Amino acid sequence: MEGSMGLGARIQEGDCAVLKRDEVFKAVPILKRRKVIFEKQWFYLDNAIGHIYGTTFEVTSGGSLQPKKEIEEPTTETKEAGTDNRNIVDDGKSQKLTHDDIKALKEKGIKGQEIVQQLIENSTTFRDKTEFAQDKYIKKKKKKYEAVITIVKPSTRILSTMYYAREPGKINHLRYDTLAQMLTLGNIRAGNKMIVMETCAGLVLGAVMERMGGYGSIIQMYPQGGPVRAATSCFGFPASFFNSLYEFPLSKVDSLLSRTFSIETLPSESEDNIPAEEESNGSLDEKPASIQETEEESTTEATMEGNQTEEQETMDLAAEDTENKESKEKGNKENIREKQRKQQERRKKLVEAAALLKEKNADGLIVAGRFHPTPLLLSLLEFVAPSRPFVVYCQYREPLLECYTKLREKGGVINLKLSETWLRNYQVLPDRSHPKLTMSGGGGYLLSGITVVMDKGKSDAGRLEAQKTEEPTSKKRKLEELHS
Amino acid sequence: MSFVEYGDTIQEGDTAIVFLGHESMFPVKVQHGSKTQTKYGVIRHSSDLIGKKYGSKVTCSKGGWVVILHPTPELWTMNLPHRTQILYSTDISLITMMLELKPGSIVCESGTGSGSLSHAIIRTVAPTGHLYTVEFHQQRAEKAMEEFREHKVEHLVTVKNQDVCKNGFGVSNMADAVFLDIPSPWEAIGHAKSALKVEGGRFCSFSPCIEQVQRTCLALEEHGFTEINTLEILLRVYNVRTISLQIPDLGKAAEDNSNPGFDSSNQANQGVMCGSQQQGTAQFKSGVPLREMVGHTGYLTFATKSLS
Repeated sequence: MEGSMGLGARIQEGDCAVLKRDEVFKAVPILKRRKVIFEKQWFYLDNAIGHIYGTTFEVTSGGSLQPKKEIEEPTTETKEAGTDNRNIVDDGKSQKLTHDDIKALKEKGIKGQEIVQQLIENSTTFRDKTEFAQDKYIKKKKKKYEAVITIVKPSTRILSTMYYAREPGKINHLRYDTLAQMLTLGNIRAGNKMIVMETCAGLVLGAVMERMGGYGSIIQMYPQGGPVRAATSCFGFPASFFNSLYEFPLSKVDSLLSRTFSIETLPSESEDNIPAEEESNGSLDEKPASIQETEEESTTEATMEGNQTEEQETMDLAAEDTENKESKEKGNKENIREKQRKQQERRKKLVEAAALLKEKNADGLIVAGRFHPTPLLLSLLEFVAPSRPFVVYCQYREPLLECYTKLREKGGVINLKLSETWLRNYQVLPDRSHPKLTMSGGGGYLLSGITVVMDKGKSDAGRLEAQKTEEPTSKKRKLEELHS
Repeated sequence: MSFVEYGDTIQEGDTAIVFLGHESMFPVKVQHGSKTQTKYGVIRHSSDLIGKKYGSKVTCSKGGWVVILHPTPELWTMNLPHRTQILYSTDISLITMMLELKPGSIVCESGTGSGSLSHAIIRTVAPTGHLYTVEFHQQRAEKAMEEFREHKVEHLVTVKNQDVCKNGFGVSNMADAVFLDIPSPWEAIGHAKSALKVEGGRFCSFSPCIEQVQRTCLALEEHGFTEINTLEILLRVYNVRTISLQIPDLGKAAEDNSNPGFDSSNQANQGVMCGSQQQGTAQFKSGVPLREMVGHTGYLTFATKSLS
C-alpha cells in the first residue's frame, strides 16, 4: 500500500494540488503552460514542479518564483510607538504616497516587501500608533502587497475546509467539524466494508477513502446517472484505492431487497454517464488484477463467475456509428473495443457490488446529501450487520426528527443520538486573545446510532431507549433546593 | 474481535459492551465460567455470551434483557475506567481530522492518561501505522499497556514511561503527527519538533486554560511552526420529543373554530394537532436541547511543521 504521507513528496505534473494563501484554499491540477487565477492574481505553475509540497512561492510577473522560506523581518532599530490614539486625526492625508506612486512602484516590479516598507516610511501617523496598531497596519499591507502562495498536498482537512468556504452549496453546508464527527462516529477505518450514500460532490466519499487507506471495500450508492466525484478526484488517490470502490444505483435498492434484482434490467449506461473524474484517476485504466483482495471478495467472485459468463453472452452491445473511412476504421475499432471493455468492466463491478450488498454484512453506513434521510435509512440499514455504527447527516434538523421516530418504531437500532457541533476559532496573541468568529448553525446535524439484531416479534428495542429518565433524581433535587 | 477489526461472534477474551439502556452501559471481559451482574439479573458468559452474535439480545436471569455490542474506540471512551480526565469523542474527531491521521501514520502522544485518545488513534493508523505514547506516571503507563494487550492492539503501540518535557518522545524525525495533553505543553514543543519528520508534519495541543494556549502559541512560533490555529468545539445533543402546546381560549364563537389562528396546513405530514378543538392543543416534534451541556473541555491548538 502507498503509505507515503504526502509530506515530503514533490510536486509533479499531473498532480492534484491545493493553493493556499492565508486561510484561502483552491484545488488545481498541476499543468504546464496553464494560466491559473487565484486571489486576484494570475500565474503559471511550471516553476513549482519539482519542489516539495508545503513550499511557499512569491508571485512575480507571470510566473512562480521560489522565495526564501523565512523572510528576514526588517527591524526598525528604535521602535517608536504611541500609547493611545488621542492625537491621531483622520484627515486622509497621513499617507504621503499617492495612488499613482504606489502603482508606479508596482509596475517597476518592486518586491511587495519593499512597497510595504515605503508605505510605513511615508505614513505620518505610523510612529504615533500603538504597537498593536502598528502590527495590525503592517499585517494589512503585507496581505495586500506581498503575494505569497503555498502549494500543499490535498487532504480531508484541507479539502473540507476549502469546500465549506468556497462552495458550501455543493456539499449541503457540511462543515468540516461535522464531517470529522461522521468519520469518528462511523468508526471508519482500514478493513471495513462501508456503504456510503452521499451527494456532497464526492467529498464525504474521499474522506472515507482516506481513512480506509485502500484496505476494505466501499459501496457507493448513487442517484440517477452516476456518482459525482469531483471532490474525490481532488484527493489524488492512487489507482489501487479504486479497485475496491463499487457503485450501485439507488433505483435498484428495492429490487435487490425484494430479490427481484437482475443485471439484465439495468439500462446500459452510456459513456457520458461516467464522471470524467474517474478516468483522470485512472480507476478505469488497464490495471493488473487487484493484489489485495479481502476474503469475502474472492469468494463472491467465485460464486459470481458462473453468472458472469452467461451475463456476457446476453449482453447488448450498443451499436456504434462507424464511419466508413478506411483510414479511421482501425482507430474506431479500437475505440469500440475500448468502450466495450469499459462497459464490461463496469457491469462486472456492478454485479460484484450487488453481491457485496446481498451479504447484508456491511460494517457501517454513512449518509449525507440532499435527500430525505428517512427512506434511505429504512432501506439501506438492511444491508448493515448488527452492532455496527451508522451516521446520517442532514442540513436541517426536522427530517432527522422524523427519521429518529421512524427508526425507533422500526427497531433494530440502539443508542440513537441527534447532535450538532459548534466550532469557535480563537485569535491568540500576547495580551490580545479572544474568540475570532463563532460558527453556529449552518454546520448541519447528525443522527447516529448502532444497529442491533432485529426482534422476530414486535419491536421492543424501544423499551431500552424508553428507559430514559427525563432528569436524574439527584439533579431534580438539586434544582428544588435552588428554588427553595 | 479486536479494536481494529470487527468480529461477528463473541469469543472468550473479548471486551464486550453490555448495553442496558439509554447511555447506560459497561464493558465486560468475556471469560468461560464468569458471571456478570446487571440490574436485570445475571449474565453467564459461557451460555449467554460466547458464540452469540454481536448486537444480539441476551435475556438475563430476572427476565430482563440487555444488548451486547462490539467494542469500538467510541464505546470504550464512554466506558473506560478513568485514571485521569479524558478526551471525549467530539474533540477526538477534530484532532484526528486536523492531524490528518490515516492508515500508516506514525503518531506521538503524551500523556497517555486513560488511553481514550490512544485507542482512537490506533484504530485510525492501523494496520501499518504506529503510536508512540509517553506517560510519566509509571502505574498509568503499565495499566495502559495492559489494556492495549487485552484489546489486541499492542503491536500498533509503544508505551514509554518518561517525562516528555525532559526526555521527549524517544523517537526522532519519524512522526507524521504529534499530540500533547499535558499541563505545560510549551516545554515539549522542541521535542515535538524533533519527533516530527524532517519534511514536516502536524501538531496539536489540548489545554483547558487560555494562558496555557498563549504560552504554547508563543513557543510554536519560536520553533518555526506555521499555520498556528486555535479552536474549540462544542457538542450539542438534542432529545427528540413530541411537544403539546395549549391553544388559548380567546372566547371565539363556537362556529368559528375552523381557523384557530395559526398555520395548520402541515397537519398531515406532521401527524400534528388538535384532534379535536375541545382538547385545544397543538402537537409537534422538537429537538430539545439538554438542560445541561458541556460548555468547555479545552482549546485545541494546531500547527504545521514544514521543511525549513
